[in-house]
Amino acid sequence: MKYVLMFAETEEFAQRLAAMSESERQEEFARVGEWFAEHAAHITHHTRLQPHHTATTVRLTGDQAVVTDGPFVEGKEVVSGFAELDVADLDQALAIAAAWPGCPVVEIRPLV
Amino acid sequence: MDHGRERAHGELTRVLREHAGRLTASLVHVLGDFAAAEDVVADAVETALRRWPVDGVPDHPDAWLLTVARRRGLDVLRRRTVYRDKLARLDWPPRGDPDDRLRLVFVCCHPALPRAGQIALTLRAVCGLTTAQIAAAFLVPEATVAQRLTRAKRKIAEAGIPYRVPSDAELPDRLDQVLAVVYLLFNEGYLTSGGDRSQARDLADDAEWLAAQLAWLMPRRAEVLGLLALIRLHQARADARFTPGGDLVLLRDQDRGRWDRAAIAEATALLERAAALRCPGPYQLQAAIVAVHAEAPAWEATDWFQITVLYDMLLALAPSPVHRLNRAIALGHTPPPHGGPAAALAALDALTPADRRALERYPLLHATRAELLRALDRPRAARAADRRALELATNPAQQALLRQRLTWD
Repeated sequence: MKYVLMFAETEEFAQRLAAMSESERQEEFARVGEWFAEHAAHITHHTRLQPHHTATTVRLTGDQAVVTDGPFVEGKEVVSGFAELDVADLDQALAIAAAWPGCPVVEIRPLV
Repeated sequence: MDHGRERAHGELTRVLREHAGRLTASLVHVLGDFAAAEDVVADAVETALRRWPVDGVPDHPDAWLLTVARRRGLDVLRRRTVYRDKLARLDWPPRGDPDDRLRLVFVCCHPALPRAGQIALTLRAVCGLTTAQIAAAFLVPEATVAQRLTRAKRKIAEAGIPYRVPSDAELPDRLDQVLAVVYLLFNEGYLTSGGDRSQARDLADDAEWLAAQLAWLMPRRAEVLGLLALIRLHQARADARFTPGGDLVLLRDQDRGRWDRAAIAEATALLERAAALRCPGPYQLQAAIVAVHAEAPAWEATDWFQITVLYDMLLALAPSPVHRLNRAIALGHTPPPHGGPAAALAALDALTPADRRALERYPLLHATRAELLRALDRPRAARAADRRALELATNPAQQALLRQRLTWD
């Protein structure tokens, strides 16, 4: 089955990352790189998003397209990237997500 | 319900419970589709509940249920030829092994399902309750339960929740979910939280049955044995908990002659078997606490110090505001120098703001304060605490008890 993991960052996470020294930050990135390498066989595609202040939302109501600045939900958790998995079932996807060393929230959605 | 009918109903319930889960498990195995299997068995259970009271329980209830499930299944699954063919070829007894039922339990209690869905699904698929019976037991509309079941089954199918026993690495976490569901069912049945439940299915009994099945399927999991021991230690004293009029009797006032000593001894032996596996956990410790009570010949002879120590161990493993409150209660009964009412009140006053917030709407906190304040000769503060407890109590038996205490003063 195919799933998408949606990675979400929180403000605390961003602050923690910002407070790190350059070498600490490199270590964090290295751990994320290891995770991608370890699960490469199951990861069919992945991508990272630019920070959420770059987001623009278009709302299509009636025949109008209303363009606003910012993400569609102003929440504490902001989606920062995606990875598409091809695995046997939800439990396998959960196990891979549970080992994710990056941002603190991961949503798992099956693909149609 | 009169006595004869109630007994007959209990018998019916037991027979259905014994066979419905097994049949669901084998059908999931055969059909490879959880929702379809669950549907046809639920339908067969409904039919049995209509027919058996009239025709009597058949000699082979399992074969009877399978026949009805198959006939009904062929009808329900009209448009799904794959399942129809599989069902049509199905022989008695259906293939399947004990593990099938374990898979069933683990899929029903999967952490990706909401707790209410886990509970409804477990009761229906494993224990053979009808949607109406679940609704009556939890005092929620039948449509709500039906919706929880539908959503849970859709999620299982669409999110790809697998039908299997978790691997050794996943098992501890996944087992926690299963045990939490069983424990919650037991509590719901043991201390029903409001309303007239005389017509409701006995959830405490269903929980005991579930725990016994799990203990049989996983005899080397200490916490499974611990939970079964805990439930049985409570059940052994169930008769003494209420007056004939339905009023709650406090532990201290219970007629210990009505406790089932043989059942207590058996449950204690079970707990010792669990302890021998050397993997302590919250259920074993709670069972140990109940065992100290159950083994005391009289309220005055209770080893409160031992109970306080067990609560300390429990809090180290599973910190919880309710356990902290219970520890304070035990401390209040422990004779000086280790305890006493003043020490207990101090422990309650020392609760963290977070614990206090969690317990604020819990009647037992206020009832306990009242009791301690009364022991410390502060009757006015005690009455205020009792009144607060009464405002919060939702269980009629609890309310009656608190009301009585207010009148006595």
